[in-house]
Amino acid sequence: VAGEKNPGEKAPREKKRGKKKTGEKKPAEQKPTQRAVGEKKKKVKKHHASRNPVLARGIGRYSRSAMYVRKALYKRKYTAPETKIEKKKKEKPRATIIKPVGGDKNGGSRVVKIRKMPRYYPTEDVPRKLLSHGKKPFCQHKRRLRASITPGTVLILLTGRHRGKRVVFLKQLGTGLLLVTGPLVINRVPLRRAHQKFVIATSTKVDISGVKIPKHLTDAYFKKKRLRKPKHQEGEIFDTEKEKYEITEQRKSDQKAVDSQILARIKQVPQLRGYLRSTFCLSNGVYPHKLVF
Amino acid sequence: VFKRFVEIGRVAFISFGPHAGKLVAIVDVIDQNRALVDGPCSGVRRQAMPFKCMQLTDFVLKFPHSARQKCVRLAWEKENINEKWAATRWAKKIEAREKKAKMTDFDRYKVMKAKKMRNRIIKHEMKKLQRLASKKGKKPEKPEKSEKSEKPEKAQKSAKVQKA
Repeated sequence: VAGEKNPGEKAPREKKRGKKKTGEKKPAEQKPTQRAVGEKKKKVKKHHASRNPVLARGIGRYSRSAMYVRKALYKRKYTAPETKIEKKKKEKPRATIIKPVGGDKNGGSRVVKIRKMPRYYPTEDVPRKLLSHGKKPFCQHKRRLRASITPGTVLILLTGRHRGKRVVFLKQLGTGLLLVTGPLVINRVPLRRAHQKFVIATSTKVDISGVKIPKHLTDAYFKKKRLRKPKHQEGEIFDTEKEKYEITEQRKSDQKAVDSQILARIKQVPQLRGYLRSTFCLSNGVYPHKLVF
Repeated sequence: VFKRFVEIGRVAFISFGPHAGKLVAIVDVIDQNRALVDGPCSGVRRQAMPFKCMQLTDFVLKFPHSARQKCVRLAWEKENINEKWAATRWAKKIEAREKKAKMTDFDRYKVMKAKKMRNRIIKHEMKKLQRLASKKGKKPEKPEKSEKSEKPEKAQKSAKVQKA
């Protein structure tokens, strides 16, 4: 009830303040001072309706002087805007500075303007945009993520050597690629990057809320390494490049660290392990546009 | 030859149109193609509806022609059409079809596993019976045994599908 009272009380008080009726002003003034000062300042002044009722078109009930009193213009006195003379007489920031100048018989110093006039005025008002206007480099592109893909979603990979495999989504990396893991023991998909466009997001989600993904798993970590030192002649260049990919110990340890956390959660959902082990395929009578994923 | 007739009080199922899937009662016949129809308990306002979009059900209500909505509602609730409809095979088939269309990828996997397990059990029992029959020569097979083993598996499988 106390809460209800206050807004009800405030509304008539606001109106009183707007109207500024002489008789009721004083008690109204006292009450607002009890309220917070901030509230007073934030309130938007409501314009009063015409205080001069119309008798006929163009003819009001009250004369000019009566209206002066009714509108309480004796209280509302506004000063005229500053004239140019007054502005000139105000303190202005320094416009010029005296700088010493070397050389013989030069006078020793010059008066230099601090803010100079522009040295060029273009003939067109709007400068021509460069051909590269609005073209941002890849690192500054906006990364988007489909609403259906959230951490813990089971995704179906559609391309690459792991096509058809169902995989758990971890997070989106800096370049926009998705960090994904099998987990390795379930379907031999390691910590890997996947492209959003080549992935089907299912509605099955694993609860990954407490899982901590190591911070060093970034795009640079996953980027393919290429040797770039072809000091040899053309015939020998192809030999120096790495032919076989070797799994580093760091990758193994990172895989274990992430998977151990996720496997525990997968075990809690019945049949989810078998689901992740299986692969997605189409058969007769199965139409992707009719399937609900 | 024909068992279900268009009559006052016949409950019909609307197959297509804006009210697809709902039940209505025929209140009056307007002309050869249209009927005045009302579905107070299924959210269909009283309106004219062509016969083409109606499919007749087995239920008939008792009320006079052009009876107002209140009477139709009373008759509907007295006969408990909503519950009776839900118990018919027709309604159950519709429901099963809807559920199948809503299945997610994970559900499809679970159904596949359940089917596989069920078929395995059935095949196992069949093989057992076949072995018995071939071993003991021309002994008459026991059809009751195979029926008994199939029924619990069917119940299991439908339960699994309903869970999904």
